[in-house]
Amino acid sequence: MRNTYRSGLLVAALTLAVTACGKKEEAAAPAAPAAEEKVLNVYNWSDYIAEDTIASFEQQTGIKVNYDVFDSNEVLETKLLAGKTGYDVVVPSASFLERQIKAGVFMALDKAKLPNLAKMDPEIMQRVGLHDPGNAHSVPYLWGTTGIGYNPEKVKAALGVDTIDSWETVFKPENAAKLKDCGMVMLDAPTEVFDSALIYLGKDPNSESEEDLNAARDLMMGVRPYVRYFHSSQYINDLANGEICVALGWSGDILQAQARGAEAEKPVTVAYAIPKEGAIVWFDMLAIPADAPHPDNAHKFINYIMEPAVIAAISNYVAYANGNAASFEMVDEAVRTDPSVYPTPEVKAKLYPSLAESQEYSRLSNRAWTTVRTGQ
Amino acid sequence: MSAYEPRRRGVHPVLLAELLSWIRAFGPYRWASNRFRDWGVGGRTAVIGLPYLWLLLFFLIPFIIVLKISVSDIRLGMPPYEPLLHWVEHQVVTLRVNLGNYAFLFEDPLYRNAYLNSIFTAGASTILCLLIGYPMAYGIARTSPSWRNLLLMMVMLPFWTSFLLRVYAWIGILKNNGLINNVLMAMGVIDEPIVMLQTDFAVYVGIVYSYLPFMVLPLYANLEKMDITLLEAAADLGCHPVKAFLTITLPLSVPGIVAGSMLVFIPAVGEFVIPALLGGPDSLMIGRVLWEEFFHNRDWPVASAVAIAMLVLLVGPIMILQYNQAKQGGAGGVHR
Repeated sequence: MRNTYRSGLLVAALTLAVTACGKKEEAAAPAAPAAEEKVLNVYNWSDYIAEDTIASFEQQTGIKVNYDVFDSNEVLETKLLAGKTGYDVVVPSASFLERQIKAGVFMALDKAKLPNLAKMDPEIMQRVGLHDPGNAHSVPYLWGTTGIGYNPEKVKAALGVDTIDSWETVFKPENAAKLKDCGMVMLDAPTEVFDSALIYLGKDPNSESEEDLNAARDLMMGVRPYVRYFHSSQYINDLANGEICVALGWSGDILQAQARGAEAEKPVTVAYAIPKEGAIVWFDMLAIPADAPHPDNAHKFINYIMEPAVIAAISNYVAYANGNAASFEMVDEAVRTDPSVYPTPEVKAKLYPSLAESQEYSRLSNRAWTTVRTGQ
Repeated sequence: MSAYEPRRRGVHPVLLAELLSWIRAFGPYRWASNRFRDWGVGGRTAVIGLPYLWLLLFFLIPFIIVLKISVSDIRLGMPPYEPLLHWVEHQVVTLRVNLGNYAFLFEDPLYRNAYLNSIFTAGASTILCLLIGYPMAYGIARTSPSWRNLLLMMVMLPFWTSFLLRVYAWIGILKNNGLINNVLMAMGVIDEPIVMLQTDFAVYVGIVYSYLPFMVLPLYANLEKMDITLLEAAADLGCHPVKAFLTITLPLSVPGIVAGSMLVFIPAVGEFVIPALLGGPDSLMIGRVLWEEFFHNRDWPVASAVAIAMLVLLVGPIMILQYNQAKQGGAGGVHR
């Protein structure tokens, strides 16, 4: 018996020794100052780039791009915090990026390598500067709002009006009750929904006050019986085929539902509203992890994305606004004049950032959300 | 039916010897066994040692890592928890163990309710699997050998498709304008679609469907090994088949029932995918709570504590059960 244990331990010790050696070599490799190999690993949201963006970059620079996609900030964040992702460019949302910068996830950008920064919209840069002071670690990619997507026909049948312009529609129990049968849904995202509720209540969505949070939770408990489901992507399909009539969701997703609904055999109209009380604005940011194996190539890629023609093509393809002032004229008229993509200055003035929450508040907010979701 | 077939299973002894000698002549095997002999390790030790090494590397070490995270403090950084060992002036190592993460689980009834709900759901699913799986296994074990393979194949066939796809397929079957509702409405049985998706019913359907083979296979292996002559003797002595089943077959198949139930119950308790895809927003299961701790709260220490607490809650009763089982098995051996 003892013999067995000893030999088992021996083998285990050997394995550990071998792994340790391997690790050392691996760690030493990126430190070498030699020219970077022509490879770039990009990790972006799914369906979030134009068809030829990557191919043209590869052609221009001779850098081979490995392009991976994710579908939630949480998944990206977990990978980044565990470290050694191997990715050179990642695209977190600004509120997540803000916290990740504090955790030391990203390297400071070398602005000398990013001449196209001059083409960015100063207003947008100032807004994202709230998350990333001095724009030191990131460059805005695309941005959008969290508002209300709806089916005008069905809403008219339920409420008697065919336009929605206020959060009252979803947060007032009388209205919500009337929308129950045609289907009202919300994102399964505590921050987005509570922040929207706080805006409706006329409170600061970034106050981190427990009292405000409780008010938002109580408001939600009042309309919870009328919410068909909480889900962060299901509503795209359901809006497009008329299965639901109102969704609290992300602008880009709702515009995608609009496009799909229009193409359907039996066309379904979908509209998007940024409520008059104001709404949350979010930004997805290009950033380079501190341990990126190819930082030079990453800078080249970010600079390439800031080419007006390149980012305009992306905006045209995915129907999200970008933060590049020089590209505005190159964006299709249908996209650039759509106030739900590029809001008017008056509406823009009422768009609030969703700043990163402290760990304590985040836990409170998620706990309150569980109460809303399950009644417990 | 000839009930008594000696050596029905197992490889022919001559063939086995042939196979073994072939393996022994195989270069790498010879090399490895010589090395083991140099270290004073016999072939038997090596064969037993390898699975242990596997468990050590892929079960015990990860478990220790999770345990370590569960007693550390949360921090904003990479990784998002404090190290346990702190070096003070490069000389003294201090160990900081934080049991607050476990205490936290008792502060909020959410965790207790989620555990209880998971155990209830898993338990009910296990009973359903047993009720459906037992007749299936019994039927397969008692058909002619030519049918048996085909039927077993049909039980295992779903494994050839991705688990995720099979769960997604249930969405298409259960949803409001899905297969079942459309057929029922076309037949005029119902006027309004029955809401099945995003209910507890759908969760049970998903779990029972997904884990049924894990119940059927151990039960089949047990029932097929059973000595049929016992039943023939019972019939000869005038025992009613139902009574014979209850007094002979059922007690003898208890090890199969236990094995199958464990294989269904244990993974069902921690199930995350099925409730997430088929369940409603108010379904509260520990898998989902764990996911939220990890991804939404970014609290790896509490998430690890939830996982460890679940393990302790599950492993405790299972070890007692196994212990009793082993005792019974030993007693049974004397009679045989």
